[in-house]
Formats: sequence, C-alpha cells, structure tokens
Amino acid sequence: MLENYWVLILIPLFGFAINGIFGRRFSRQVIAWLSCSTVGLSFLICLLTFWEFIQLPVDKRTISRSLFTWIQSGNLVSEFSFLLDPLSMVMILVVTGVGFLIHVYSVEYMAGEEGYYRYFSYLNLFIFMMSVLVLADNYLLMFVGWEGVGLCSYLLIGYYFEKRSAGDAAKKAFIVNRIGDVGFIIGIFLIFRQFGSLEYLTVFRTVSDQFPEPTAGFGVLGAITLLLFIGATGKSAQIPLYVWLPDAMEGPTPVSALIHAATMVTAGVYMIARSAPLYTRAPETLFIVAAVGISTALLAALIATAQRDIKKVLAYSTISQLGYMFLAVGVGAFSAGIFHLMTHAFFKALLFLGSGSVILALHHEQDLMKMGGLRKYLRVTFYTMWIATLAIAGVPLFSGFFSKEEILWKAYSSPLGNGAFWFVGVLVAGLTAFYMFRLIFLVFYGADRFEEAHHESTPHSPTEPSSLIKVPFMILAFFSIVAGFVGLPKYLGTNRLEGFLAPSFRYMPEPASVEEHGHFSESHLALIAILVTFFGIAAAYQLYIRDRQITERLANRFSLLYQLIWRKFFVDEIYDWMLVRSIRGFSRKILWENIDVNVIDGLVNGTASLMQTWSHALKRIQSGYARVYATWILGGAILIFLYYYLTSF
Amino acid sequence: MVPATHYLALAAILFAIGALGVIIRRNVITMFMCVELMLNAVNLTFITFSRFLNQVDGQIFVFFVMTVAAAEAAVGLALIVLLSRRTDTLDVDQANTMKW
Repeated sequence: MLENYWVLILIPLFGFAINGIFGRRFSRQVIAWLSCSTVGLSFLICLLTFWEFIQLPVDKRTISRSLFTWIQSGNLVSEFSFLLDPLSMVMILVVTGVGFLIHVYSVEYMAGEEGYYRYFSYLNLFIFMMSVLVLADNYLLMFVGWEGVGLCSYLLIGYYFEKRSAGDAAKKAFIVNRIGDVGFIIGIFLIFRQFGSLEYLTVFRTVSDQFPEPTAGFGVLGAITLLLFIGATGKSAQIPLYVWLPDAMEGPTPVSALIHAATMVTAGVYMIARSAPLYTRAPETLFIVAAVGISTALLAALIATAQRDIKKVLAYSTISQLGYMFLAVGVGAFSAGIFHLMTHAFFKALLFLGSGSVILALHHEQDLMKMGGLRKYLRVTFYTMWIATLAIAGVPLFSGFFSKEEILWKAYSSPLGNGAFWFVGVLVAGLTAFYMFRLIFLVFYGADRFEEAHHESTPHSPTEPSSLIKVPFMILAFFSIVAGFVGLPKYLGTNRLEGFLAPSFRYMPEPASVEEHGHFSESHLALIAILVTFFGIAAAYQLYIRDRQITERLANRFSLLYQLIWRKFFVDEIYDWMLVRSIRGFSRKILWENIDVNVIDGLVNGTASLMQTWSHALKRIQSGYARVYATWILGGAILIFLYYYLTSF
Repeated sequence: MVPATHYLALAAILFAIGALGVIIRRNVITMFMCVELMLNAVNLTFITFSRFLNQVDGQIFVFFVMTVAAAEAAVGLALIVLLSRRTDTLDVDQANTMKW
C-alpha cells in the first residue's frame, strides 16, 4: 500500500464525479452507498498504509511520490506529487476517518432533504481536496487543495441556497477567505523568490543552509511567515478573519461537523506546522501567531458563553479551540498543536453530530432556550455528548485534557512562551468548561421547554434517529476518551505522538537554550488548570441547574457586559461600518460615479460620438446619385493623369 | 496624311463630351448614349495607335469593346424600359428608392 497510497486521494474524486454527473437519476440508496463506500475505501487504504508506515524505520518515514510534472515554466517546476510523512499521515487519518463517519451520519441526517446527490458529491469533493491539501509535497499543490476546500465549504454552506441567509453566509465565508488567500499566495511567491523552489523538502533544506540560526528582526523570513499566517487566519478563523465561521453554521449540521470543526478549519494549523522550519527561524512572527491565537481563544470563549443558538456556541467554541492550536504552534510546540487538532477533531465532530441529532429531534429548532429535559428522550446522544463535553472541557483522563495540558505547559515553559499566555489559556479553559456545561444543562436538563414551541406540530416526544446514526457516535465517543493517551505528559508517561511526529520537524534551527524555564512543574500547573475547569463546571451548574434566577439577575446587573457579549462584541457591526461601508462608499462615490462613469464610460462613449460626428460629415459624399459618383471617378482619374503628366518631365 | 494628333484630339473631345453628358444630364437615355459615345472615343484612340504603330492588337481590342457595348446596350435598354414602366419617368434622380 505504501507505494500506491495516493490512490486514496483519487477514490473520493471518482465518487464525486459519478454522483455529480449521474446522481440526479440514482435512488437515494445508490447515492449514499457510492459516496460512503468511496470514502470508506479511502479510509481503509489509509489504515493499511499506516500499518505499513509504522513498521518502517524512523528515518525512512518520508515517502515522496510524483505522479507527473504539473507546471514547467523556466525555473518554476511544480510536480503533481505527494509527500507522506508522520505529519501528513496523522492528518490524512483524521480527515478520512472522521470524514467517513460523517458520511455515514449524513445518510440519515440528510434523508429528508432535496438535492441528496448534490450534498454527497460535494462532500466527496471535499474529502478529495482536503487529501490533496494535506498530502501535497509543495506549496502550490497545497494551495490547490486549500482553494478546493474553500470552494466545497462555500458550496455546502450555501446548500440551502433558497434561504437568503445561507447564500449570504456562503458568500461571506468565500470573500473573507479570499482576503486571507491573498496573503497566502504572496507568501508562496516570496518563498519561490527566496528559495527558488516550492517543494517542502527543498525549501526546508535551503532555509537551513541560508539561516542556520533564528533570524533577529523582521526580514524576508518574517514577511513570508507573516503572509502565510494571514492565509491561516482566514482558513482557520482567527482574529481578524474569524467572522465567517459562526455564519457558516447555516450549512447542514454534518457539514459543520466535518468542514467547519474537524478538518478544513484546521488546515491553517497544519500549514504552519508544515512550515515549522520557516516559522522557528522567525521568532517575531511566532510571537504574533501565539498572541493572535490566545486572543482569539479568549474572545471566542467569551462570546460563546452568551450565545443562544446551539450551533453558534459550538462554532465559537471551535474558534476558541483553534486559538489554542495557534497558541501551541506560536510557542514552537508544533506537535502539541497537531495533538490538539487531532483530539479536537474527534470531540468537536461528536458535539456537532450530537447537536445535529438534537436539532433533528426538535424539527430544526436551534435555540437553546427552547430545549431542555432531552436526556429522557435522546439517550445515546445524551451520553456521547457528555463524553465529548468532558473531553473539550479538559476533565482529566479524557482526550482534551492531555492535549490542552500539553499546550498550556508549552505556553508556559517554552523559550517562546511566558506566564501571561499560560494564565489566559487557563482562563479560557475555565470559560470552555462553563459554556460547554451550560450547553449540556440547557439542552438535556431542566424542564421540557420545547413543548411550548412545538406543541401543535409535534404531539409525540422527540426521538433519536435509527441505529445506523448511532455507530459514528459510539466510535467518536470512544476516540474522544482514548485519543489523549497517545500523548501522555512527562509526569505520567511518554508522549508517543511527539516522537512519531519528530521526523516531520527536522530542519529546525539549533535551539538557543534547551532548558525549559519557569519555577513551576508541569503537574502543579496542570492541577491549577483542573481546578479552574471544575470551577467553570460548578459555575455552570449553579447558574443553569440550581438557580435559574441568578442568571437573570446577573444578566440584568451586568446588562452592559451581557449585551456586549451577546452581540459578539459588535465585531460584525464594526467590520461592516469600518470596512464594508467605507469600501462600498469608496467604490460608489469614487470608482463608480467618478472613474467608471467619467473615465471609462467617457472613453467608450467618446469613441462612439467621435465616429458619429465624422460619419455625419462624411455621409454627404454618399448622395445616392450615380452622376456624383461618376464625377468622383472622373475627378480621380484626372488627378492621376495630372500626377503622371506632371512628374514625367 | 492626317497626323495622329488630330485623331487623338478628336477622341479626347468626344470622350470629354460623353463624360460631361453622363455627369450633367438626367435623362437616362441621353446618359446611355453618352456612355456609348465614350466607348467609341476609346475605340477611335485604339484604332489610331493600331494604324500608326502598325500593330493589329488595338483593332482586335476594338472588336471586343464593340461586342461588350452591344451586350451592354441590350441589358441597359432593358433596364431603361423597366424603369420607365415602373416609375413612368426617365429621370434618374427619381429612381431613388434605395437611397438612405
């Protein structure tokens, strides 16, 4: 399998093509089977590849495979080739694995929807593009996947295109991502200019020759890494470009689970981890990455505490967790970032699938205040969402605990980290526990509030979907528990994942100081974080189960603060006012009403009226009288005769 | 013997009269006859040079011109007959249906 692992990329493309072209005529079973089996087959190949991969000696675990030369122009040679190394191995396992589970889940979730084939062909296309992104062995091919997943994201957010809000959300996602992509592609240009190649390994080898040590000050490496990071902020929803992700929840819930939580939005983290040899040589950029990451984590966690839409809470939670990952890569702990990426993929996918099953049971009700008491009806959803919530909150022994602790420890102890990063990180951990348990308590505990909204349309109680849909729940819940054990902290065991990923992070500069600084030990800090987490859970319990009145009173007492959080710090409004309006105003007043109307239209209309004026003058010659024409001919003949006559002397 | 200049001058005068007639006159039959006059002025020039250069080419060319002129007369007269039937006039300026 190791020789031909690249076929796993092509199989979903095949599924996309068949479903996309002929799907309209297929029955729903055929569409679902075709789509799921292609991704399932991909996952199977991926597992077989992984099995052979881990049997290779560590220094052989970088397998490059070129299919053909894609672009050849002067110095620029871009192969259509793939690179399998530990980093892309982890990513492709997550992508195809979680992708397959969500395909299976979608079969039932989307059963009542129009355009079944459209949905599944887009989903297959997404898996293909995401595989290209993570397996590409040069920046240009990665950019193809990068844009491809952006396209699929756009298509799937706008899946309910009859709804205006869905169309708007899709456009917003696409446009905001374009802003990031401009930075990304200029970064790629700069890489080619500086290193003469776009292939990862060549670039990394060149960079370690050119810059054996981390550069001081802001040089060309700083520019490259910062531009790539702008791309990452778009794709991975970080400040200032995170605004598209909450709106992306307009798409079907499985899409939110797969694309806008588990896989695509982590592409930015993957890209930075992949470019680790560049980033470690530009400490200034790394500091910006970490600062943006932790600010995003804090801002999104704060917003999540006051949202009423179940999917919006999860969306802001995703942004916040992505902020953690950027914090990790920003302090140089690349494997910790990938570790959290992996565990997050499991528990966040599970949370979204759970919310999908809640939404489906309540006939597309997404308001948390109209739920409650569902634990009696949705048993499997209830238990699995509990597990996922414990995992994301960072309760010990669940997967999120290990990855989050690793990040927090590195944020404190790494040469690039500091106490402030750690402190805000712990604060965010507490907030995470609070808003996640708020969600659980509001959805599953308390009185049944959904009857008020739906007593006419749904006389029977909410029911869970059939058993097929439960399988992904079980599997994801299992991994939400155990996935953390691949990366145990030092005081408990060995971090296998870090060891596994190590070959991907070669070409690093010699670290200035290997010693980890700080006065506190890892286990003591972990203890503090655990305490803060439990404090957050207790606060949620107090507010949303014990005494609902407190919530009201608190919201009234701090109504200004509450409004600020509830309205998402008015970021959308500020962007609208500062950017959208000013650009629109500039476009209208200057570009449209002056430049377009006067200059461009003026040129075109001027040409036309010039022609018209001349034609008016010249049409008099064409009188229609044959005699006049004859006169012209005669006159011409006489002139020619005179010319020859006079020049003959 | 009459010198060639005389013949050529006569031909030029005839041609000028014909051309002026085509340009000035409005009666279509007059114009038609003026065209014939121009053709024959050219024929006279051909004959003159043929005679004075002792070459037969010009005379052969005249035969061609006469043949074409005969054909042209047939077509032209047919057109004139049709025109007079349709518009009840021989004034070319009245035949302006296709003018802008």
